[in-house]
Amino acid sequence: MTAETLFPLVPWVVLIPLAGILINLLAGRALGERGVGLVASLAALGSFAVSVLLAVGLAQQPEGQSLLLARWMSIGSLNVDWAFRVDTLSVTMMLVVSGVGTLIHIYSIGYMHDDTRHNGDPARFRRFFLYLNLFIAAMMVLVSADNYLMMFVGWEGVGLCSYLLIGFWFEKGEAGLGNARAAKKAFVVNRIGDLGFLIAMFTMFWAFGSLSFGEVLPRAAEAAPAVLLAITLFFLLAVTGKSAQLPLFTWLPDAMAGPTPVSALIHAATMVTAGVYLVARSLPIFAAAPAAQSAVLWVGALTALFAATIAVAQTDIKRVLAFSTISQLGFMVAAVGMGAVVAGMFHLITHAFFKALLFLGAGSVILGMERGHERHAQAHDGHHGGFDPQDMRFMGGLRSRMPVTFWVYLIGGLALAGVAPLSGFFSKDEILAAAEQVSPAVFVVLLIAALLTAFYVARQLALVFFGQGRSEAARAATESSPVITVPLGILAALAAVGGALNLPGSHLLGDWLHHTVEPLVEAGFNPLTAGIALVIALAGLGLGWLLYGRSPLTRAEEPDPLAVRLKGLFTWLRRKWYVDEIYNALFVTPYTRLSQMLAGPVDQGLIDGVVNGAGGMARLLGNLGRSLQNGYVRSYALIMLVGVALIFTFLLAR
Amino acid sequence: MPLSYYLILSAIMFLIGILGVLLRRNPLIMFMSLELMFNAANLAFVAFAAYHQALSGQLFVFFVMTVAAAEVAVGLALMVAIFRTRHTIDVDELSMLQG
Repeated sequence: MTAETLFPLVPWVVLIPLAGILINLLAGRALGERGVGLVASLAALGSFAVSVLLAVGLAQQPEGQSLLLARWMSIGSLNVDWAFRVDTLSVTMMLVVSGVGTLIHIYSIGYMHDDTRHNGDPARFRRFFLYLNLFIAAMMVLVSADNYLMMFVGWEGVGLCSYLLIGFWFEKGEAGLGNARAAKKAFVVNRIGDLGFLIAMFTMFWAFGSLSFGEVLPRAAEAAPAVLLAITLFFLLAVTGKSAQLPLFTWLPDAMAGPTPVSALIHAATMVTAGVYLVARSLPIFAAAPAAQSAVLWVGALTALFAATIAVAQTDIKRVLAFSTISQLGFMVAAVGMGAVVAGMFHLITHAFFKALLFLGAGSVILGMERGHERHAQAHDGHHGGFDPQDMRFMGGLRSRMPVTFWVYLIGGLALAGVAPLSGFFSKDEILAAAEQVSPAVFVVLLIAALLTAFYVARQLALVFFGQGRSEAARAATESSPVITVPLGILAALAAVGGALNLPGSHLLGDWLHHTVEPLVEAGFNPLTAGIALVIALAGLGLGWLLYGRSPLTRAEEPDPLAVRLKGLFTWLRRKWYVDEIYNALFVTPYTRLSQMLAGPVDQGLIDGVVNGAGGMARLLGNLGRSLQNGYVRSYALIMLVGVALIFTFLLAR
Repeated sequence: MPLSYYLILSAIMFLIGILGVLLRRNPLIMFMSLELMFNAANLAFVAFAAYHQALSGQLFVFFVMTVAAAEVAVGLALMVAIFRTRHTIDVDELSMLQG
């Protein structure tokens, strides 16, 4: 097969998941749970297969191609097409999205089977897979687009799926509103970022007269510096929204209200990396605006540090991972901000592997806790209420109860911490090596973030898996079924050996991406940096072990050892530096007040007053006329007489 | 006799007709009052016709009489129908069509 025959397959990466949706929508009820899961997983797998074929084609013709599917709109000088771009960057993203996506689809068959039953609505199983396939389709549109507007369609599509899936159990959560609120928050915060994307697109069209990658990117340097700065900074706003960077990161921790496979797929492995992809794709524009580049770099670096500090104090197993994701996304954004695209994309890929693994592992732990809770409740006449299967304080000792989950979680955790030779070590090291070349200050910030990363990994591992069970549920937890553990195993293998993609010396990924984007910073392997990073990682792990592993907690009520040492600061960390409270006071509350003012006095008072006043006036006049129409024929005759008399008087007197 | 005598008689007849329609509640009387007004007009027509020596006035009288006959026929039929359903023909009782 040649590239010419393979490249035209590209629309199928979107169409196959859409076909999956169609089948499940029309025949889902008849197919049953297994059928629905199978169709959805096959749709994701089909997308993956097409991506692999595209990669095969690219191996022969690495410069890639853009393929026109249909004209979309042509208004004046604005021409936008449904066109796909096949090049090494987009196909890399496709492979990650559909590959990790397929594994998570399979995992979801097992997870959602249990989850829908724990939540008491098995009929929602099908809806979950419809949303999941829709997400794959939207994400594929995002990464395969050949112009910014089509990319924006995917960008919005994944945002919609994220909203739908965070609010999957929309009637659950705090006061029956918690999940719906979380979904709304994610949606609204993302809209702020999307506004940035839109304005960037408008500015781009104004400056270049086109939105197509092929036309804009080669001419990026031609525009005025101020225009370029505007475009890139508004793109940065979009990135901070979608990729949960400072200052718009607050939605991601709340997004953990969604089912765990969603957290793994959308809020860790794929959707949130869209911002990284956007910067990598637009690198020529960013390269022409050095000020924006350093803004991106610092946003990423500070986010990496900021989120890592919060992660060390969380007690919810998924929230730790959420802040860890924000922090790791900070690493990636910093990398692409420096122009070290290969390092950023490398970390994106390995992060997709190990963070999906960690989230799915956490899902397995949660299910294990649920099962333990149910077993215990059955044995002891069931005392429900007050049980949170995600609270790490109630876990402990799961190493022996859930051995498979423990081992894969350990691999994922060590990869995240950056322990050689797991994948995270190589990718994080490339970012650190690039940072060392570009800015020593960023290098130090990222090193501290890496130290904290290793620390919270050790803390989480110790709290969840070591020591002894701190609740009946943890003591009675059981291992998950193979449909859950097999995808975990595959992801664990990928997380372990994913570093092979771009080993120092071979630079497989680097050479592959070179055909599409030319990195501004060549991040070679630096033994000294690697050594420092490894020492830092081991130090973080050791520190965590000293605090949490050496003398594990025995009761859930015991204070966190870190809280004892940090005192007030720990509360600040646990409450996320009060960012949510600050945003509430600064933006949400005034906005709500304004809305209430507009809804109450202005709308109900003024607007309704005018409308009702007009109606009241008409009614008054009507009543006046009504009294004339009294039904007495003789009074009509009198009125007629008077009228005729008046008319005649007028005619005569004229 | 001068024309004004006829016209004064005609005006008096018309006024009686108007007062009859306005003051009486029995529709039969009201119809008779209407007829009085028609004939007041007829009287004026024939008086002017004689005065001007023109036939068109007399011609109009025939039309008016024809129309009046038809009108009375329809009116009486309506009254019969109303009496059958409402068991009264007092016009002040027939005031359902009001705003």
